[in-house]
Amino acid sequence: MAQVTLNQVRKVYPNGAEALEPSTFTIPDGELCVLVGPSGCGKSTMLRMVAGLEDITEGEISIGDRIVNDIDPADRNIAMVFQNYALYPHMTVARNMGYGLKNRGMDKGQIAAKVREAAEMLNLTEFLDRRPSQLSGGQRQRVAMGRAIVREPDLFLFDEPLSNLDAKLRNQMRIEIRALQRRLGTTAMYVTHDQVEAMTMADRIIVLSNGHIEQIGTPNEIYEHPASTFVASFMGAPPMNLLEADAAQGRVTLKNGEVVPQASVNGHAGAVTVGIRPEDIMPSPQGDLTLDVDIIEELGAQRLLHGQMGGQAFSVAVPKDQEASTGEMRLALKPNAVHLFDADQGRRLG
Amino acid sequence: MKRAAFGHIGFPILLLLPQLVIIAIFFYWPAAYAVQSSFYAQDMFGFTSTFVGLENYTRLAGATNYVNALNFTVIFTVLVTFFSLTIALLLAVKADKVIRGAKTYRTLLMWVYAIAPPVAGLIGVMLFDQSRGNLTQFLASFGYEFRLGVNYWDTASAMIAVSVWKQIPVNFIFFLSGLQAIPRSVREAALIDNRSGTSRFWDITFPLLAPTGFFLLIINITYSLFDTFGIIDTLVKSEPGNNPLTLVYRVYVDGFRGGDLGGSSAQSVVLMILVLILTIVQFRFLERRIHYT
Repeated sequence: MAQVTLNQVRKVYPNGAEALEPSTFTIPDGELCVLVGPSGCGKSTMLRMVAGLEDITEGEISIGDRIVNDIDPADRNIAMVFQNYALYPHMTVARNMGYGLKNRGMDKGQIAAKVREAAEMLNLTEFLDRRPSQLSGGQRQRVAMGRAIVREPDLFLFDEPLSNLDAKLRNQMRIEIRALQRRLGTTAMYVTHDQVEAMTMADRIIVLSNGHIEQIGTPNEIYEHPASTFVASFMGAPPMNLLEADAAQGRVTLKNGEVVPQASVNGHAGAVTVGIRPEDIMPSPQGDLTLDVDIIEELGAQRLLHGQMGGQAFSVAVPKDQEASTGEMRLALKPNAVHLFDADQGRRLG
Repeated sequence: MKRAAFGHIGFPILLLLPQLVIIAIFFYWPAAYAVQSSFYAQDMFGFTSTFVGLENYTRLAGATNYVNALNFTVIFTVLVTFFSLTIALLLAVKADKVIRGAKTYRTLLMWVYAIAPPVAGLIGVMLFDQSRGNLTQFLASFGYEFRLGVNYWDTASAMIAVSVWKQIPVNFIFFLSGLQAIPRSVREAALIDNRSGTSRFWDITFPLLAPTGFFLLIINITYSLFDTFGIIDTLVKSEPGNNPLTLVYRVYVDGFRGGDLGGSSAQSVVLMILVLILTIVQFRFLERRIHYT
């Protein structure tokens, strides 16, 4: 059990590209922290530096109270689960799981006991003598998990572990991994580009973009108070609507002249970006905003109305029992629906 | 798997015909002819031949120089195969770790591949030349007098050295591509599981290279047995005398230089059977232990 601390950690590749700007944060003991962002944002680089698979250009990484910069990956007491499982194809499931323990000099009986225990936990007992090539994707994923568990590490590292699974299995494994991590109480870092995985699994989310940290917070904080337009549009599905608007005399006006209610700008004047989540706004004949609906998308539990608001794309989510048709309609905001960002930097205002 | 359906049996046979004709003309016919002539004795000029039954074979078993060639071939094949495989593997493992200038480095290592065996032999002759050879001079500085073509084991080691040198690039290319086919994440998983590089190599890398290694083992044995002809020919300068000879070279010497076509054919047949047995043994016992991914 250990907390993980990154102190001004930076990564520059030999060709001069900065993969990660100096980053500082702490993951408390026992938490599952998800690193999320689009591909190339530096999330995998960060994880690989913690694992010791990538050199650290600057800064310090510590696991527990030990600075691990110069410690061999095998000595960091970590376990990693890879996207393509990275099982040893020539070893049986049991040997795959026990390989790390064998190299630590644990005796055979003890290894067998630990492997059996982990296999039971993961429903793998009947597959212990099989080779990875004889297993399905989900089973291989479990073996990779088992290999991580038997080591009883201070820290789990997950590098997009569910990306190679089909949607149904992914949902199931997501819950299993979460439950397992809770039960073992082991600190974990989890890399994904899937915001649903991030929202559902994390105790804490770190949103990355272009090599810098956009925001760190609980799923709720990230959703309710996105720190930037990037976070606002990346986290949440369907994504938040972002509209260009002008702030003057304490009021925010859209391009079509409609005033956005709830928007308090605290004296800020000039161009702003207004963010409204599709689920935070609803059709209402007395509403203040006008939407011209072009397309209706049926999602089952709800339907999405896509259209134009003051000449800018805008979407609204309505429950399935609410009638909807194309054409002009009035919309009203739910409480606390408006997020304001400055137009240049995309940072949150207020 | 999807099976292609042919309406008539004639069509697939037609498609296979070119290959079958080539095999028949260049392999089965000469092989059958060799088997046939191994039971006959020809006169010096090839005008007449008499059926002699197994005499060509019994003569072989009694001939000391044939048994010597057989023993030497075994030693030669084992050493050439062993050294060309291990050195190539070592180079490939090291080259795989090179990051800067990797392409140049690899190209340089593969270059030898483009040299024809007789040319390799000639380079060997120059290096080991009695008066001017660099290696002869180098050995002389240690007080050893290296005598190519005169001293049996000096000639033998020159043959082995040149044959190994010539074969390393082929093995290197295969080993290197075999190494690069091992997924990076598997190596990284091993990095987390095992601190020792040596033990990682034997536990993970080596078993995953085994299919490549097995393929190369067969290729190298065949190479040592047959394709070293050009190297041996240039090194012994067509003067077999007291020099070490491999079985294949003896087939040539006895048949074409000695005019004993019957005896030479009998030797080819024996060689053919040996290779056949060897191949069966390899596939039966070795391949079973190899895991193909």
